[in-house]
Amino acid sequence: MTQERAPILEALTRMKANRLVPFDVPGHKRGRGNRELVDFLGQQCLDVDVNSMKPLDNLCHPVSVIKDAEKLAAEAFGAAHSFLMIGGTTSAVQAMVLSTCKPGDKIILPRNVHRSAINALILCGATPVYVNPQVDERLGISLGMKVEEVIAAIKNNPDAKAVLVNNPTYYGICSDIATITKVAHEHGMKVLADEAHGTHFYFSKKLPPSAMSVGADMAAVSMHKSGGSLTQSSLLLTGKDINAGYVHQIINLTQSTSGSYLLMVSLDISRRNLALRGEEIFDKVIDLVEYARDEINYLGGWYAYGKELADGGAVYDFDVTKLSIFTRSVGLAGVEVYDILRDEYDIQLEFGDIANVLAYVSVGDRVKDIERLVSALADIKRIYRKDPSRLMKVEYIDPIVDAAPKEAFYADKVSLPIDETVGKTAAEFLMCYPPGIPILAPGERITKEILDYVHYAKRKGCQITGPEDMTIKRLQVMA
Amino acid sequence: MELWFSEQHTPNVRLSLKVDKQLFSETTEFQRIDIFDSTEFGRLLVLDGRIMVTERDEFIYHEMITHVPMCVNPEVKRVLLVGGGDGGSARELLKYDTIEKIDLVEPDKTLVRACQKFIPQTAACLDNPRIDIFFADALKFIRRKSNEYDLIIVEYIDPFGSGEGLFTKEFYGNCFNALREGGIMVNQHENPFYSLDAAAMQRAHKRLASSFPTVRVYQIHIPTFPAGQWLFGFASKKFHPTNDVDFNRWKSLGLQTKYYNTKIHTGAFALPSYVIKSLQAAE
Repeated sequence: MTQERAPILEALTRMKANRLVPFDVPGHKRGRGNRELVDFLGQQCLDVDVNSMKPLDNLCHPVSVIKDAEKLAAEAFGAAHSFLMIGGTTSAVQAMVLSTCKPGDKIILPRNVHRSAINALILCGATPVYVNPQVDERLGISLGMKVEEVIAAIKNNPDAKAVLVNNPTYYGICSDIATITKVAHEHGMKVLADEAHGTHFYFSKKLPPSAMSVGADMAAVSMHKSGGSLTQSSLLLTGKDINAGYVHQIINLTQSTSGSYLLMVSLDISRRNLALRGEEIFDKVIDLVEYARDEINYLGGWYAYGKELADGGAVYDFDVTKLSIFTRSVGLAGVEVYDILRDEYDIQLEFGDIANVLAYVSVGDRVKDIERLVSALADIKRIYRKDPSRLMKVEYIDPIVDAAPKEAFYADKVSLPIDETVGKTAAEFLMCYPPGIPILAPGERITKEILDYVHYAKRKGCQITGPEDMTIKRLQVMA
Repeated sequence: MELWFSEQHTPNVRLSLKVDKQLFSETTEFQRIDIFDSTEFGRLLVLDGRIMVTERDEFIYHEMITHVPMCVNPEVKRVLLVGGGDGGSARELLKYDTIEKIDLVEPDKTLVRACQKFIPQTAACLDNPRIDIFFADALKFIRRKSNEYDLIIVEYIDPFGSGEGLFTKEFYGNCFNALREGGIMVNQHENPFYSLDAAAMQRAHKRLASSFPTVRVYQIHIPTFPAGQWLFGFASKKFHPTNDVDFNRWKSLGLQTKYYNTKIHTGAFALPSYVIKSLQAAE
């Protein structure tokens, strides 16, 4: 089978031609039972919203077309095996952690992981060993892990089972995943890569190396981000030393038994597109982003950072398809710029944090949209510019881990007004969303610094999520 | 044989003109360009199926988009024309000896060349040494200008197509920045009659009003445009379009015009009640 094939697409097309009479779920019966849904989504979409059946295979136990599609995806990404995931990259990250760690096991990871990784620790009861991601003081963003710090963590925790690496971070920062993989393997540890923001690494020579290309053991790849598939679809890749059958069992613990064919076929079609045209597509994206970066930096004030951040250490490499823009030098918090762009200029960005915004650029963008973004930034600078000293500088807050996430999450808890929690141990998450990196994870000590940051972020308009109390006035701590 | 060109004004309304022959047709990276010879309206310039210029009625549009701001501020020396590759507005502006230089930004070179070849009535003036033509993206061009122009005229159409970037706050804001003190901008605002066009008009008005201290709307009547009625947005840093205007000074220039005169200048700012209501709703 070649990459020109798309087995799930082909099977669905055959099924449509067969005009089956559906006496199975879903109950909308090709939309006939729900005209409003058809009017909104379109007949073509409802025609293929079907359940698994013999000609379409079964995601829980693939033996035919899904198996073929997974084989083609594995080949396209240079993996030994791949799994189509329908629960988002969150489910892929959790499957990686659950496949390699058991209760009480240690896992080495940077603190700026996505919440899904720490959620996985709550599920499996593993204990995190955090490596301090260095912080760029000027930009206020967490970077990657320095190799020497990972080596120190490995030496200090020889019983750890795995090392998790962001490849890259939301902002495009890469650690030296090749060396980390080599060292981890020498110490018998598995390497897991969160590639939620790195699908394109597999299809361009101009970008940092992908996890599979350097021999990492597992990778969670967000096909729905730069890969172009539907939201919530994702891929889990495994290397040659991973028991795919066991991973499959782990996935089936939590995965829906009614996997959506819309999601699966979108993965199949997108994989084919990337395999056949990926290099050309990402060349175009790289050119677009480089152009935008040059134009934004020409405006002055804003700083759209790029490869110059790379220092061989905490920023081992930079993903040039990321258009991250530092806003604090214009006197505006990233989240303020994010709101102004949407409310005043009808431009929606991916996210704004305390000092940066991220514009997500993909093959779907046009030069004239880039011109709009750049011109809007020029106009915002003219109209809204403020004194940068009014803004808080962000520093990395080293977490004090009092308890493993699972222990804290399931512990007896008390709910306190948030300002009375200093010195206690958090029993729930606290994070800005996006990017969804926890400020506090269950089991971590609450400090005044952390609360100051949370109040500041809230005041600037960040959406704070995590606690049971959605107004974020109270926080649960370990009793 | 009968050959008719039809423009779809709405899904349910069309305007048809009898044409003699097609002189030019090309699809560029920006748009489809067609030029016809018509029986009643002379040469027609059609972009993406929309009539932009006819030899017979273009004077109405081009006179009213230029002489209104020029009468308000006769001291204008530097002008930027955005769009307007047909040359009609440039022709009117060249009547003023006081204008030193006109920059014309038009992304589509093919359009300018085709107009020069087939519609000399408007485009013959484009080789005048006072005109500099820039084949560039207008949004990018304007972004790099600050305090340079006394008058900016925006002739882009189609806020949902090729011109979408030019009906935005970022464009108007960057125009404000490119204008000197006392600068004026005139923007074509579509027609207020058909609902989709009226929504575009409201949007343009809202965005313009958020970028300039003084914004007024005026109208013209032109047979080949949808609804026969067309609006312009007049935005300025300082001048009001009708109060304190020295109309005698304009008259003393002795310029020849077919539609524009100082009475219609004032009258054009008087709007039908439904248009006023629609503009107020947008503000």
